[in-house]
Amino acid sequence: MKISLKKTARWCGAVMALVFSTGCATVPGGAHNERDPFERYNRSMYSFNKGLDNKVLKPVATVYADVLPDFFQTMVGNFFGNIGDVWTAANNFLQGKPRDGTTDVLRVVFNSTIGLGGLIDICSTAGLPKHEEDFGQTLGVWGVKSGPYVILPVFGSSTLRDSFAKPVDLIVDPVAQVNHVPTRNVARILRLVDDRAALLGTSDILDGAALDPYEFTRDAYLQRRQSRIRDGD
Amino acid sequence: MELLNSMNSLKKLFALMIAASALLLSAAHAESEAPDDLIKRVSLEVLEIAKTDKQIQAGNQQRIMDVVQAKVIPYVDFQRMTTMAVGRFWREATPEQQAALTTEFRTLLIYTYSGAVTQIRNQRLDFKPMRGDMKEGEVEVRSMVLQARGEPIQLNYRLEKTSTGWKIYDVNILGAWLVETYKGSFATEIGKGGIDGLIKTLSERNKRLAAAPAKPPKL
Repeated sequence: MKISLKKTARWCGAVMALVFSTGCATVPGGAHNERDPFERYNRSMYSFNKGLDNKVLKPVATVYADVLPDFFQTMVGNFFGNIGDVWTAANNFLQGKPRDGTTDVLRVVFNSTIGLGGLIDICSTAGLPKHEEDFGQTLGVWGVKSGPYVILPVFGSSTLRDSFAKPVDLIVDPVAQVNHVPTRNVARILRLVDDRAALLGTSDILDGAALDPYEFTRDAYLQRRQSRIRDGD
Repeated sequence: MELLNSMNSLKKLFALMIAASALLLSAAHAESEAPDDLIKRVSLEVLEIAKTDKQIQAGNQQRIMDVVQAKVIPYVDFQRMTTMAVGRFWREATPEQQAALTTEFRTLLIYTYSGAVTQIRNQRLDFKPMRGDMKEGEVEVRSMVLQARGEPIQLNYRLEKTSTGWKIYDVNILGAWLVETYKGSFATEIGKGGIDGLIKTLSERNKRLAAAPAKPPKL
């Protein structure tokens, strides 16, 4: 860990202050447009992201998916999933879910050892399912309202609360702790391409199903985000 | 000897009776199949076909649509789904417009579902206890799609009891309800071009989907 705890704490403090102040000012629910006051900005950011995806990310991910064998792609996904489980575990503890957090810790322990450094997700097969928790969800559990819908450059759909939480996720990301710059960059690109490749089929279906992909994505995302904070309940 | 004979025929009679009652029971069961059993049976059937049928895996759209039509459609209430998605504008629509909306939305949902079927490879299903009271006539059946990688996908169904058995009227994928998600888009389209505008948008989309079916993942 390169970053100091002090630095992280400062970040958290700043983020919390901002989110609490904005969170209270926004009304949850209601008509859809109420949740999207930045629609003009969001739509242009959406087009920007879409263009980037169509020109760069999707073509690269398509080649990756076509050329590399399935087991390799699964291993890449498992590897990054495993290191991601560390932060998921922390968030589950922060959210007051020690049982899920413990599951996540056990997953990391077993997958990193018997699962050959995380390449094989033996725990999912053994009945310890993967969770995905981030700091935005933790803030949600703590009662911070999501605020309006926001589309971030490159990262895509988010909310005001989650865009303040995102830097925390990025700082503690294990890949960010790698000191060797070329390795870190390769890891980041590989993870991005692999994540995109896993979504190739889904994104095509979504494009087919949505009358207005921007609106459809937004309305589905906001529901999904809310549901994730309640862990599907 | 005679005793043995009559015992044998008695045995046969018993066997026949058991078989007949089993048959009757299963027929009665099909009519009043519990909503969670229904979802379990239908999804396992579709999963099994998608995993074994070479034509489906190759992306043969007609074959997929046939399977969906036979296995899934009988258990979906498209009328209610459309009514809910159109929301307050439903009462403003003429019966012809209502019929057209239902047909087009139904077609769009079938294309979308068929596209999802082509993506099935080695997924497994896990079922959670259902929510709601069957006596109230509305329940939520909850399932999880377990994949080779990543978090399981949440897949829940809302069902209502009708005179012809339980029917699905909404689906929750990854935490988002389908009808709720379409509701906003429908309202926007109606705001732009009225109910006829929405019908036109839906039918154009369906034509596009018919021309360019979903591509299956690499085998």
